[in-house]
Amino acid sequence: MAIRQLSVFLENRAGRLEDVLNLLKEEQINIISLSLADTSDYGMLRLLVNDPEKGREVLKRDGFSATLNQIVAVTLPHQVGALQQVIHTLYQSGINVEYMYALCTRTDEAAIAIKPSDSEKAEKVLREAGAHFFEEGDVF
Amino acid sequence: MIWNETKECMSRDELADLQSKRLVKVVNRVYHNVEYYRKRMQEAGIEPGDIRGIEDIHKLPYTTKDDLRDTYPFGLFAAPQSEIVRIHASSGTTGKATVVGYTRKDIDIWAECVARALTQAGVTRGDTIQVAYGYGLFTGGLGAHYGAEHLGATVVPMSTGNTKKLTTMMKDFGVTAIACTPSYLLHIAETLEANGDIPNIKLKAAICGAEPWTEQMRLQIEEKLHIHAHDIYGLSEVMGPGVACDCEYHKGLHVYEDHFLPEIIDPETLQPVGPGQTGELVFTTLTKEGLPLIRYRTKDLTSIDYDKCECGRTLARISRFKGRSDDMLIIRGVNVFPSQVEAALLEMGGTTPHYLMIVDRVNNLDTLEVQVEVEERFFSDEIRELENLTGKIAHAIQTAIGLAVKVKLVEPKTIERSMGKAVRVIDKRKLV
Repeated sequence: MAIRQLSVFLENRAGRLEDVLNLLKEEQINIISLSLADTSDYGMLRLLVNDPEKGREVLKRDGFSATLNQIVAVTLPHQVGALQQVIHTLYQSGINVEYMYALCTRTDEAAIAIKPSDSEKAEKVLREAGAHFFEEGDVF
Repeated sequence: MIWNETKECMSRDELADLQSKRLVKVVNRVYHNVEYYRKRMQEAGIEPGDIRGIEDIHKLPYTTKDDLRDTYPFGLFAAPQSEIVRIHASSGTTGKATVVGYTRKDIDIWAECVARALTQAGVTRGDTIQVAYGYGLFTGGLGAHYGAEHLGATVVPMSTGNTKKLTTMMKDFGVTAIACTPSYLLHIAETLEANGDIPNIKLKAAICGAEPWTEQMRLQIEEKLHIHAHDIYGLSEVMGPGVACDCEYHKGLHVYEDHFLPEIIDPETLQPVGPGQTGELVFTTLTKEGLPLIRYRTKDLTSIDYDKCECGRTLARISRFKGRSDDMLIIRGVNVFPSQVEAALLEMGGTTPHYLMIVDRVNNLDTLEVQVEVEERFFSDEIRELENLTGKIAHAIQTAIGLAVKVKLVEPKTIERSMGKAVRVIDKRKLV
């Protein structure tokens, strides 16, 4: 159920983000969604791309620290309280959200990418609560 | 003023006689009491009888920090434990401490040497002195303390870390002298200046050491605080602070040669170099009982001048230090070897990541930043995990070197490799 996410370590230096985007462009890798977390010394770029394996290879070849991680992607109907419901389910089961970001989809529905503290358990409780998951095939 | 005119102003011939007698004695002491030295001398094919005076010094093998490490902790002690009254320790090259021991007589001689240095700086029993070196295993605090008490001055054992308390007491107690690292004194000066307190202090003299500093910095301290600042030198292996100190003419540091026999050698060929020529400073302790050292290589680069000084002392003078023949750094008075940082990183598991130590001086206080390349095995997509990692690395390094450190994660392959070998240290402090 989980989706592979490409995570890249970026130093806070001018041009580093552009370097990553440039490499992906040259290899014809499409970015579906992204989030960029920042600290005082470095940034963490998290990407959903159409070819995660290739994306990782390309970046590694150029010396970047890049890894693939699993995240959980859940669709959200355009309704008040939809996200609250998802988070409530996780909270009730004692699952923390390490980070999350909005996910771009090709449908009318909204979606959210979540890194839960326990992925397996998160998927289980969300499924029981009737959530609909995004598969890699849906997004890519 | 001269504390011990008999010794500090004796003729060079008399001094050579005294040194020779003492050298013979110390060589006998180590040969009979220290197995390590006995073996080394036997390997070199010499017996104590071959050393009849200082002219025979070149026959003796050198001693290094490695020898102290190999015999950790007490292997080079030449006195039984019942005679040892004090232990000090400083950081070694590979995490193992360099341990030194003193007999009661050693402590007395140390106090005498520090009293000489303080007298050179114009300090008398009428003065109140703040000792703002760290107290504890480091020789700075207790070394200066005992010397100042021996002199008869009033000692305020401040230790380090609380500048506000120090400046308050400096004003309230009418403190007239201070012993601390030069960078700390500059920091104190700036604190006083910022609070408009310079006119409210009675400070007149400072003896600073435990880290390299420039003549320019010394003059800056003198000007800011309207005091006389003196450069005191020492190393724990040889004794601690008080091996040498400059007089009011500031033309080099007088070595207390009746206790420490200096030589200057070429660190490559190990052959002696002449007066005025730069080389590595080597000491043989002439009177120490606890841990006598024979031809100990300090790795400090300097030159020596045997001419009589304008102050009246005949003691030879070593010039301001010109660097080190090894990679040791002195940061906030603490000896740091890149290998210690490497060992700490190694404890993080697996192979050592590429790292770079950046030493700087911000507001007159040394700072150490360690950049570590984020390899895949350290990498996480979670910021919290990366912050845990920096915290863990910082803690490991701090434990190893005893200094606060800022750890910064950098991208792989961004730390420069020159000639295939990584540059481990960038020292941005403008010294020498």
